[in-house]
Amino acid sequence: MGDFTTEELLAIFAMQGFAGLSLFSVLLLMALGLAIIYGQMRVINMAHGEFMVIGAYTTYFISTLVVSQAPWFLDYYVFIAVPAAFLMAFIVGWIVEAVLIRHLYHRPLDTLLATWGLALIMQQAFRSIFGAREVSVRLPSWLQGSYQPTLMIDIPINGIAIMVLTLFVTAGVAWMMYRSRWGLRVRCTVSNREMSGAVGINTRSVDRLTFAVGCGIAGIAGAAFTTISSTGPTSGALYIVDTFLVVVFGGAGSLLGTMASAFSIAQGQSILEFFISGSMAKVLTLLVVIGILMLRPEGLFASKVRR
Amino acid sequence: MMNKLPDFIGGRSGLLGLLVFAALLLLVFPAAMNVDQLSLAGRFLAFGFVAAGLVLCWGYGGILSLGQGVFFGLGGYAMAMYMKLEASDGLPDFMRWNRITELPWFWEPFHSLTFTVFAILLLPAALAYLIGIAMFKRRVSGVYFAIITQAIAVITTILIIGQQGFTGGANGITDLRTLKGWDIHTDSAQVTLYYATAVLLIGVILVGKWLLSTKYGRILVAMRDREDRVRFSGYDVANFKVFIFCVAGVFSGIGGAMFTLQEGFMSASFVGIVPSIEFVIFAAVGGRLSLLGAVYGALIVGFAKVMFAEAYPQLWLFLIGSVFIVVVLFMPYGLAGLQENLTRRLRAYLRRTEEHPSSTPSPPRGTTSVGASNRPSQGEPDADGSLSTQEVRS
Amino acid sequence: MTQGVRRFLAGRGMALALSVGVLAGSAGAYANQDYPTDQVNTTGLAVTDDTVTVGILQSLTGTMAISEMGAVEAFRLAIAQINEEGGVLGRQIEYVLEDGASDWPTFADRARKLLRQDNVATIFGGYTSASRQAMLPVIERENGLLFYPTFYEGMEQSPNVVYTGQEATQQTIAALNWLAEEKGAETFYLIGSDYVWPRTTNNIARTHIEEVLGGEVVGEDYYALGHTSFGSAVNRVRLRRPDAIVSTVVGGSNVAFFRQLNASGLNGSNTLLLSLATSEDEVLGIGGENVEGFYSAYKYFMSLENENNEAFVAAFKEMHGSDSVIGDNTQAAYLGPWIWKAAVERAGSFDVDAVNDNLAGIELHNAPEGYVRVHENRHLWTRARIGKWNADGQATVVWESDDLIEPDPFPEGY
Repeated sequence: MGDFTTEELLAIFAMQGFAGLSLFSVLLLMALGLAIIYGQMRVINMAHGEFMVIGAYTTYFISTLVVSQAPWFLDYYVFIAVPAAFLMAFIVGWIVEAVLIRHLYHRPLDTLLATWGLALIMQQAFRSIFGAREVSVRLPSWLQGSYQPTLMIDIPINGIAIMVLTLFVTAGVAWMMYRSRWGLRVRCTVSNREMSGAVGINTRSVDRLTFAVGCGIAGIAGAAFTTISSTGPTSGALYIVDTFLVVVFGGAGSLLGTMASAFSIAQGQSILEFFISGSMAKVLTLLVVIGILMLRPEGLFASKVRR
Repeated sequence: MMNKLPDFIGGRSGLLGLLVFAALLLLVFPAAMNVDQLSLAGRFLAFGFVAAGLVLCWGYGGILSLGQGVFFGLGGYAMAMYMKLEASDGLPDFMRWNRITELPWFWEPFHSLTFTVFAILLLPAALAYLIGIAMFKRRVSGVYFAIITQAIAVITTILIIGQQGFTGGANGITDLRTLKGWDIHTDSAQVTLYYATAVLLIGVILVGKWLLSTKYGRILVAMRDREDRVRFSGYDVANFKVFIFCVAGVFSGIGGAMFTLQEGFMSASFVGIVPSIEFVIFAAVGGRLSLLGAVYGALIVGFAKVMFAEAYPQLWLFLIGSVFIVVVLFMPYGLAGLQENLTRRLRAYLRRTEEHPSSTPSPPRGTTSVGASNRPSQGEPDADGSLSTQEVRS
Repeated sequence: MTQGVRRFLAGRGMALALSVGVLAGSAGAYANQDYPTDQVNTTGLAVTDDTVTVGILQSLTGTMAISEMGAVEAFRLAIAQINEEGGVLGRQIEYVLEDGASDWPTFADRARKLLRQDNVATIFGGYTSASRQAMLPVIERENGLLFYPTFYEGMEQSPNVVYTGQEATQQTIAALNWLAEEKGAETFYLIGSDYVWPRTTNNIARTHIEEVLGGEVVGEDYYALGHTSFGSAVNRVRLRRPDAIVSTVVGGSNVAFFRQLNASGLNGSNTLLLSLATSEDEVLGIGGENVEGFYSAYKYFMSLENENNEAFVAAFKEMHGSDSVIGDNTQAAYLGPWIWKAAVERAGSFDVDAVNDNLAGIELHNAPEGYVRVHENRHLWTRARIGKWNADGQATVVWESDDLIEPDPFPEGY
């Protein structure tokens, strides 16, 4: 690589490592909600990307409101926007479950089709409400720029912020799954639905709550995404394949699997992108994932489920 | 009854359905439509090939592929390559812009129409075979298969766009004008191509119907509903799946080629996720268990899109989205299922005394179980997580 | 005809309830004695004694709608202004608005419909090269006329199309020369979105850099449309340390690209970056603070200081809202109806062949970008400009070619 000092090379590799971690947290945040939903009730939610967009538009709405009404609040609005994004997506998810999804349990491939229809409707709704142009939010100043641990290393602050957010959300999900009563019920229902029903768990309400929570997390992911990119009516569709591959690759219903899979896909893609041109890196990543899925059709961490 | 008819026609009602279909395509449409509308219909019929293929592999085989656009594209590109070579003296124009000085080796054979026709049939079959062997031998099924085919559609799109010098990139292979010196853009050519597409489609549907009427067709359905039992009976399930997936691929390839002929170009935008899912929509709306229904689905959705999108472009997505949801929720067997249900009731009402009316050989008519769920392999946890264990009542 | 207008209103909702077609009126009557309908229209176009119908064909829905709305707004403004001045040959322009839906076959279909069913006198529209190439066979076969408003990669010269944007030599090569001469750049990094325009543009750029400028291309990367993780890309750029980055990243990726550049410490103060696909429209989304100090190469910037542009910006804001921004494509679109009007009036006829014969040499003195002239090759003679972005989302023009640059869609040796 020519006339680089070791220091410079190390700096670039450090930044590269961070780029991979940053992609990892984005992928994980996007996939968590989907993983919960798919793990709990085997619903393939093709509208997952659109729930992210709900979160993104919520953030956009709040940020424009703040910019015009209360500019002094600009530095702090994200702390309201993230919960609001969760709430909006949660509510819409709740309604969607009640109206649509609950009719489709036991028909996994049909949920895929129906939620695709839902995605089309949501996209058009975004377009009618927010217009076709992509919008981007005004970032608080502390989220911009980079953190410089040494002179040569620049770590993007928005990347750090997303990592912290992902950490919190993942911890929250883990806590809910393994420490709360809801999580207990979810895990019961996953391992044996009939039996859970028999011992008095209302599997219907568990389903609904799970779906709504999954959508809510998608909303958070959307809010986080506004710090990276712009939001348009069809933004959601861009991420859906990646997200699904993360979930499928990780093995359905395994939180650990989802994390491992997001990590390996993110690192793989980001390292490949570093060494070869961008779109070919994507092709290679996808091919490797498909190859591994062929060898392990149930994903990396298949959960042992009794039926 | 009806001994003279081959089995696969499906008795009197099957014959009637086919005749109505053929009459509609070959007589009514040409009479009722102007050239522009007819050539539009011709293109929707080209999509109908893919939808019919999906009926076989998804409706009957239980294999939902979200990557049929890839096969459509293979057929379409093969045809486009032939026509592009004919349209250019020496090197196609887009290669020259991309500073490619010599025709790449894999373009060479497309100088020959015979080779092209074989390529249209064999390329999709070969790719489907590869994917099928890789996936089904490993017992990848259901949702996993759907997602993987979707990823394959993404990969193919990226590759086509990335290899611009060889493929024309995102713009595709454009400005195709002639087939063996015959100008495809004249009104008369468009009409001829429409008839060719229609006749070919009817042929493909007959092949499909015949396939389903064989023992193979029955095993296919059995496999879809209880894969483990079929396997225990000593059949190699994977081979059956590979075969039907290949057939669907070939159908799609033919559709792609006919589309290219009529449209005059082929591009990556027919390969990706969105067109692939649209094909599934056609099959779902028309009826995933009816070959004819799937074609009607392509025609109806296609024309609805043209008319509705023209008048209310903003509302179109709302409409198609809702239609799709309604179909999935309330009419899992699409328009064909609805029609069949109605006729059956009508018939039962008209001649209560007669014996139980028989019609097409499609077994799961009116069942409550869902065709699309794959059964788990023995001992292992169910990959696609379907909880449905309802038996098929026929 | 009113159908077209109604369709448009139904589509866009109430917000844009300005129906140009309804303005048809008094001005027409006198002129038509000089130009009787049977003489100005011998080919069955939709021309009456008082009106002439044209088509506008852009994506109103789908992924490209974002980029194509500006052109629709510009067409509508130009048509309204022309009608106010008395129309074309005394006839008020009415338009049928069709949606290409970001789908290339749909563009071909709609073009066919406009030409065969609506018999429009001309079509204004198209944005991506793919949509233009899909329409071409239809337009050539039906002998229609298309005014295509986007800067593009060149390599095309249809006898039925007028290209009102820049082709590659006027934009790319001028920009590269500027980078080399004014900024002393010798090594270049080309980064773009993965589709035809960036790849073809960069082919030309690479040839020019290597063979004319004697420089070196140290990297050439493409990322899928909509790609958002540019972390690795930025590190790749760092590793190669180019003198200049030339970006053809478009659309939504633009936002992610510039934000991540900035967040990684590469900004206008320490990095020389020139974008061929970042106009005021995009900067609105990216945020001025993220492009501050970077450059763009276009023939038009909203901040141009001349009388034409001031009037144009004012009229545009009056019609489409005071917070509208105007990018290069929008301005180029605005020229279309004016050039067509001039050619029709010079021909004294709406017939496509007659208009075609009179296109070369048409001059516009009222163009916001300044004086332009139509070349025989149906592209425009235009100036090249380089703008430097400010934090407020507007660019300051830092360089402008001395003369109009001759359009050359098939540059020798590229």
